[in-house]
Amino acid sequence: MQPFTYERAGSVRAAAAAVAAKPEAKFISGGTNLLDLMKLEIERPTHLVDISRLPLDRIEETPEGGLRIGAQVRNSDLAADLRVRSRYPVLSQALLAGASGQIRNKASTAGNLLQRTRCPYFYDRNMPCNKREPGSGCAALEGFNRMHAVLGASEACIAVHPSDLAVAMAALDAEVETSLPEGTTRTIPIVDLHRLPASTPHVETTLGHGEMITAVTLPPPPSGRQLYRKVRDRASYAFALVSVAAVVEKNGVRIRRARIAMGGVAPKPWRTLEAEYVLAGAEAADPAFSEAAESALAGAVGRGSNDFKIPLAKRTIRQTLAAAVEDA
Amino acid sequence: MTEIMTPQNRSSEISNGLIGQPIARVDGPLKVTGRATYAYEHAMNEAAYGYILGAAIAKGRIVEIDSAEAEQAPGVLHVMTYRNAPAQPEFGPAVTPTVPEVFTRARPMLNSDRVRFYDEPVALVVSETLEAARAAAGLIRVRYEEERGVFDLPDRLAEAYTPGRTNAGFETDSAIGDFDRAFAASPVKVDATYRTPYQHHNPMEPHATLAVWSGDEVTIYTSAQTLANFRAGLASTLDIPPERVRIVSPFIGGGFGSKLIVHPDTVLAALAAKVLRRPVKVALTRQQMFANAGHRAEMVQQVRLGADRDGRLTSIGHDVWSATSGFEEFCEQTAVFARSLYASPNRLTRHRLVPVDLNRGEWMRSPGEAPGMLAFECAMDELAERLGHDPIELRIRNEPADDPERGVPFSTRNLVACMREGARRFGWERRNPTPGRIREGRNLIGYGMAAAIRPNYIGAATARVAIDANGRVTAHLDMTDIGTGTYTILTQIAAENLGVPVAAVKVELGDSRFPRTAGSGGSWGAASAGSALHVACGALKEKIMEAARSDDRSPLRDADIAGASFVGGEVRLGGRSAKLADLIGSVAPDGLEATGSIAGGRNTETYSSYSQHSYGAHFAEVAVDCDTGEIRMRRTLSVIGAGRILNPKTARSQILGGMTWGIGAALMEETVLDPRYGHFVNRDLAEYHVPVNSDVPEMEVVFLEEYDGKANPLGSKGLGELGVCGAGAAIANAIYNATGVRVREFPITLDKLLPGLPATAI
Repeated sequence: MQPFTYERAGSVRAAAAAVAAKPEAKFISGGTNLLDLMKLEIERPTHLVDISRLPLDRIEETPEGGLRIGAQVRNSDLAADLRVRSRYPVLSQALLAGASGQIRNKASTAGNLLQRTRCPYFYDRNMPCNKREPGSGCAALEGFNRMHAVLGASEACIAVHPSDLAVAMAALDAEVETSLPEGTTRTIPIVDLHRLPASTPHVETTLGHGEMITAVTLPPPPSGRQLYRKVRDRASYAFALVSVAAVVEKNGVRIRRARIAMGGVAPKPWRTLEAEYVLAGAEAADPAFSEAAESALAGAVGRGSNDFKIPLAKRTIRQTLAAAVEDA
Repeated sequence: MTEIMTPQNRSSEISNGLIGQPIARVDGPLKVTGRATYAYEHAMNEAAYGYILGAAIAKGRIVEIDSAEAEQAPGVLHVMTYRNAPAQPEFGPAVTPTVPEVFTRARPMLNSDRVRFYDEPVALVVSETLEAARAAAGLIRVRYEEERGVFDLPDRLAEAYTPGRTNAGFETDSAIGDFDRAFAASPVKVDATYRTPYQHHNPMEPHATLAVWSGDEVTIYTSAQTLANFRAGLASTLDIPPERVRIVSPFIGGGFGSKLIVHPDTVLAALAAKVLRRPVKVALTRQQMFANAGHRAEMVQQVRLGADRDGRLTSIGHDVWSATSGFEEFCEQTAVFARSLYASPNRLTRHRLVPVDLNRGEWMRSPGEAPGMLAFECAMDELAERLGHDPIELRIRNEPADDPERGVPFSTRNLVACMREGARRFGWERRNPTPGRIREGRNLIGYGMAAAIRPNYIGAATARVAIDANGRVTAHLDMTDIGTGTYTILTQIAAENLGVPVAAVKVELGDSRFPRTAGSGGSWGAASAGSALHVACGALKEKIMEAARSDDRSPLRDADIAGASFVGGEVRLGGRSAKLADLIGSVAPDGLEATGSIAGGRNTETYSSYSQHSYGAHFAEVAVDCDTGEIRMRRTLSVIGAGRILNPKTARSQILGGMTWGIGAALMEETVLDPRYGHFVNRDLAEYHVPVNSDVPEMEVVFLEEYDGKANPLGSKGLGELGVCGAGAAIANAIYNATGVRVREFPITLDKLLPGLPATAI
């Protein structure tokens, strides 16, 4: 860990300005990811701006009937919130499927969205990694890539985004509110928050330097059944091999509308509009489920040890859709 | 739950005293309240902190190492590299299979520009704080001349060589009868090749050392399993007599065989403390442990079983190819158990090694049986299916009368009883022999079982026990408690022997100044240290009675001491009795002390005349998601026959831990070696998966009551590692039973299962 200076921000505006003032400054909240990366010197900020005590820890009703989740709401609190559990169960399920109790007690909503990949080559400073050291190459492409992306990746980077929360947010059409250093704010659809790697995998989000997430807003709860299904190597405390967030609304024997997002398969939470299109108006059974699964994975590319994710993702989508349309 | 089965013919040798009682750990309150001080926690205000910089290549040499910037960094006291490290003896030849040389050889650090494996230490930065040392280590620039290393095993079997011995001194090969002919002629055969991966011990407590010099003597506060060996190894490395090294290791946060020899933390702390003339602490990081603290090597195993149509084995063949470090041989005794497990007239076991550019392999919990039985007991399951026999019945049909290779009788062997009792309790009759037939919702349900066998060892040990005028008993041994419950069972042994309550006994362990034992390893700790203490207590009782008989003030004056018993805090003799404390206060106000010893196993007649093993049968029920292939444990049962159970509570914990290791081996543990760079890729506990609480289902442990009078004076046998043996195979066999998919490459992860699972209809 390299030496750094530290300040606790007194306001959102001051926090954004403090980070903007120094090119190597970073926000810190729960620190569950950043501190690990700093100890390994993968992150080497010279200045930390602590935003964990800013008054952004509330979950509020919006006038539209949705929820506005403060950026500093802890993962545990968000998962336990009665409104979330009753109206957005997919979000609560996703949170509880992630990390461990201790980490969830510490990790913030915004920090969860901004956590970095778990690619083991990214974590080892002796290895080539375009995300850590642009231009050095990607050791995962021809290496151990069992956990890596089959969708949205590039020849520069095949790392996946590890968040479960973000996948559920994507299925719920959440929006991210940010505050910019100059004092203005903007709203970004969750699916536009993360960037695909292309040739610049070190640029992971559409946020500018010093731009701070202040809240995530959820639109009014969608009708239909919500499910989060996470497939992983052990029963807890493991990143997703594949995860599926599904919101499925039926109309008799047909599907009125389905929203599906996937985790563990792409560099960002992966919304599958093609699959949703297939399902809209279709009979709530196969072959629609299989067709949806096929279209969700259309264009997927395996890199060797992650080839299995393509059939696994299809199977998981089918299983989750089947579960979602079962009569309660 | 745990219980001890009581057969009708209860052994008269088993007493009703404290030994055998489920006493809670005597060191438990210290540990759960944070008062058990572990190596790195020893307060030493003047201690400096070392941080190790590891090599960025797997093979080659250091061309340039620039530490100027690090040396100028705040707080830095010293930067040690091969250019300025104190002189140490050379490492020595690669082939060192003999005990004790493998434990006592010098293991120099930073003594050459050569890099032998990835993350091998190339520098130690010592600073006022850990953080400053770590930050400064990041400022060291090293330029390497890299050479091409070799890392592959499966594609290089043709390059294998035959080692002189396996670990623990076993013959490399064994051959009885004519395996090839008999196997070729067998009407029913299995010829299956299994792969087991690199694995790492990952004890919760990392390897850590505080080194404190006083003149030319050094005290090492560390986390070590076997102090005498550890001391000898460090003394050789520092090139000083062992008498000038003291090892202190009273509490150990897990070892699993990874703390038997010295590692970089100890050597570098000792060197740096010498150079700086102040105490130095060094710990390995979790990541560094993967390269610098031992591993289980990758293996390829071919198991060939031939049987007649009645299920009697005509031929058993077990061939093992293992990776080994090119600079220090380690041949795990993977096929050795197969020499004793089942009857067959024709037998062949062989071990071969393929050198790779890695650090040496080490002893990882149940060396030999852990990988060997994972393969072999799956092959038995495959044979049972081919024969159309029940897997338990197949094993019973091949139960030998005597040790099938040594020809000597078994000391005790209750394998068949374990399997039968297990089958009854587990509901084995509910298992459908046709795989893939039991379904609950989206889950495929399967049952599996496997046998367990593990050699019983005993190591030379001495104990000292003393009693004071208040009747308080203190025992001293250089034994360690690596979390197994040693403090507790030794307390029970002393308390029962001397007839005093547990609270009157204090057992002190983990200091090389105490009498020498074989330490913790090979599941021999309880038998070795416990027997020595048992003998010492006997000697102390003789001293007490001798003093009592010959002292005028004694109520037992001139008594015939032969029939004396020590019970309930009293000495009883015929109709006379005396309070033990009063007696000592009267006849030996300064207290009395005695020592006792037990000889090492291979030197005893009972070891050469009897085949000594502990046995068990593991049962597992798994659920496999028919869509995704996720495997989840539902329940397990282990029925164990391992001699006298000294403490059912601590023994149960050992078997639970063993079964949990079985879950890990079967389903998740694998360190991935990237052959392009020669490094272990998944080197932290987020990526190297061990079972977490949610993976561990309902587990039941049953001990069959047994007393093995051939094994040692306590009648006990090694138990700790038995729980691992065969545990993973029971799970693998359950997965096959659930799905009909036989995966022979461990761990069995869902990606290996998926291709065999039908694309089920919704």
